[in-house]
Amino acid sequence: MKILTGNDLKTGDVTWWTGSDWSRHVEDAVDVGENFEAILHQEEASRRVNVPYAIEAEMTDDGPRPAHIKDRVRALGPTVRPDLTLKPADPEAGNWVI
Amino acid sequence: MGDISMYQYDKYDQQMVDTRVAEFRDQVERRLAGELTEDQFKPLRLMNGLYLQLHAYMLRVAIPYGTLNSKQMRMLGHIARKYDRDYGHFTTRQNIQYNWIKLEDAPDILANLASVEMHAIQTSGNCIRNISSDQYAGAAADEIADPRPWAEILRQWSSFHPEFSYLPRKFKIAVIASDEDRAAMRLHDIGIQLVHKDGELGAKFFVGGGMGRTPMIAPEIRDFVPADELISYAEACLRVYNRYGRRDNKYKARIKILVHELGKEEYTRQVEEEFAHMKTLGLNPPVEELARITEYFADPAFDKDASDDLDLSDPDFNLWVDQNTVAHKQPGYAIATISLKPKSGIPGDASSAQIDLMADLAEQYSFDEMRVTHSQNIVLPHVKKSDLYALWQKLDEAGLAPANLDLITDSIACPGLDYCSLANARSIPLAQKISERFADLGRQRELGELKLKISGCINACGHHHAGHIGILGVDRKGTENYQLLLGGSAAEDTSLAKITGPGFDEDGVIDAIETVTDLYLKERQEDERFIDTYRRVGMAAFKEAIYG
Amino acid sequence: MVEAIRFRDDNVHEEPAVSLDAFLDQSNATAVRIEAGEDARLLLPLLDRLALIEIDFPVFGDGRGYSAAQILREAGYKGELRASGDVLVDQIAYMRRCGFDAFAPDAPIDAKVMKKALDLYDEVYQGTTDSRAPIWKLRHG
Ligand code: HEM
Ligand code: SF4
Repeated sequence: MKILTGNDLKTGDVTWWTGSDWSRHVEDAVDVGENFEAILHQEEASRRVNVPYAIEAEMTDDGPRPAHIKDRVRALGPTVRPDLTLKPADPEAGNWVI
Repeated sequence: MGDISMYQYDKYDQQMVDTRVAEFRDQVERRLAGELTEDQFKPLRLMNGLYLQLHAYMLRVAIPYGTLNSKQMRMLGHIARKYDRDYGHFTTRQNIQYNWIKLEDAPDILANLASVEMHAIQTSGNCIRNISSDQYAGAAADEIADPRPWAEILRQWSSFHPEFSYLPRKFKIAVIASDEDRAAMRLHDIGIQLVHKDGELGAKFFVGGGMGRTPMIAPEIRDFVPADELISYAEACLRVYNRYGRRDNKYKARIKILVHELGKEEYTRQVEEEFAHMKTLGLNPPVEELARITEYFADPAFDKDASDDLDLSDPDFNLWVDQNTVAHKQPGYAIATISLKPKSGIPGDASSAQIDLMADLAEQYSFDEMRVTHSQNIVLPHVKKSDLYALWQKLDEAGLAPANLDLITDSIACPGLDYCSLANARSIPLAQKISERFADLGRQRELGELKLKISGCINACGHHHAGHIGILGVDRKGTENYQLLLGGSAAEDTSLAKITGPGFDEDGVIDAIETVTDLYLKERQEDERFIDTYRRVGMAAFKEAIYG
Repeated sequence: MVEAIRFRDDNVHEEPAVSLDAFLDQSNATAVRIEAGEDARLLLPLLDRLALIEIDFPVFGDGRGYSAAQILREAGYKGELRASGDVLVDQIAYMRRCGFDAFAPDAPIDAKVMKKALDLYDEVYQGTTDSRAPIWKLRHG
């Protein structure tokens, strides 16, 4: 599947395209198929996202899992600071990245 | 002059940074309002140290030539607490980086910085970056002069430089003033060493060093530039680069490639020609300006009767003194390094609380002054020996007293894949695991001086080319893989490390490091350091030990 | 093409600018255009024939034109020095400092934003051909 990601223009937060909006959580990302150029263009132009791009991901039981480790780090947060990730209470969260 | 022995802004300097804040505030507003595209805004934010990184915006704040006072340090802590997530990362180029900045807060942060005579100007972008220097400047027993006034002259000249703000690539300058090089001077685009000639103080220029994907050691191109021609000479070096540096390929755009392709002689010839012309243009501040700046760096009010006696009966303190303090030019004083490399820690990271504490300790014990080092530690430059024990106790309580300066666990590590969008692999976890594997201080000391440097990609922010042992993270079919390098040095015996062979996974590379250090212990003669043994024995023996 | 912005009192030079090669070849042209990467120094012997020199910025990040402009002004060129191409408002202040006194940007520039940018900094750190006194000079009279 293909999903869209970028950063929030104001806060810089990593965000994922939900089909109608941008979410902080990769679990909310939807498959955009091949027709994403228009979405990227429109969302960037309306400043709802900064430098968005499409990435490959795989659908798993836990939701979409980005194909590249870099986007998994983006989705979770720094593996060396679990307390600052989106899942501070889950000590195993880092394993999902690697 | 005040009682702080470092440069202080006058109304002009203050006005420049204040105006910059206003300018950037306006640019941010235009970006948020959609009047600037990201393409147009990016170079503007980069000129103010603002990147877009893996998790958020990242702000890089300059600590010019690594010197700062307690008030400034506290402001860095305040920014970490209020605008970031309670910590900052000290980098190899005497900057501090914040990883979780909001674009909308950036102008306020810059205003906060300006209120304590700090800024983030030109900490990124294809311009002249923060001028770095020897962290022991003004305190070292072996320096011929304090290099910082020269660095300050260069800071002012390079700030808002209209001709050199859209160079082919970033441009880094370092200034030192002793034969021992503690600032990786020859791995900079321009390295300057202050020297005497016929009793006059001047600058020896090295041009065209750098790391990145094609590391090079800067050749000397002029043995002496007098103080009152410093700026025209630097202008000449930069102009030749701005005109002829490659712009067709980002990876060949640094000045090192130009110097390499033209040859040192031809580059020097062009610089000399330009210099002859530049000298006629009145670009140089008069010597009175250097004198004015130098006055600010006058020695603090040392106690002339301070004693050199030290009670070393506490063994842990003894170890720390032995490892983390060095000779001061003033009898009765020492230079103390606070290691930001605790076991399992993140090299260079400090919490707001630690930042505040370091500020307090500097105020109490070091004439209000601190330095940031290129190996990501903090220095208290002027500590009375009789205060060392009290200082050490307070550091120890806060986890800031690892006695590992220059030992294998005092590693440099770039942010790597945990923070950096260019990374191929994580760097920090490696540094952490190495610090655990080699946790025993006796073992570390047995290995002696050993510079371990880790980068998460070929850009070499973690100086892996210059490590006695270097590690380079690469991407092997989507998994993290690490190459091992041996034989680099960023000191006065500058050399570039070589790759041992095929890469390893995380545990594999740490095993390989152990193999290498074991071989060193076996082969070393007398008091050879790791690097000395490596140079004597050669790569082949080490390769054989690692790969069989 | 957007209307040129000028900081000169003389009349707009009407003659079209020729390429550097054409100019050096023979011509009696009084206006020349140099591309980024062309050597402005080739014009130095011929400056008094020129009323307009246009320097192109293919992308705003290509800073060679700043040095070209400085070189021409350092040699005493007094005619119009025009920056053309990818000239953006946030670079104009530096261009002015390097001696440009006319701008032919690809995209229009908001006059108000430009004025604000140009008026922003009261002082400067370095001497350039715009002959503003650098701060060190103000400090030492
Ligand atoms: C996380 C954001 C960072 C990014 C995007 C980044 C980017 C880069 C890039 C692209 C280069 C290669 C330049 C070239 O070869 O032309 C580079 C070099 C370098 N960076 Fe970083 N860097 C980052 C963080 C850091 C940090 C945290 C440090 C200090 C620990 C650092 C210190 C350096 C140094 C010393 C070099 C080598 C300079 C040279 O090639 O001469 N950087 N960086
Ligand atoms: S070396 Fe690579 S991974 Fe490390 S900080 Fe630099 S660009 Fe990022």
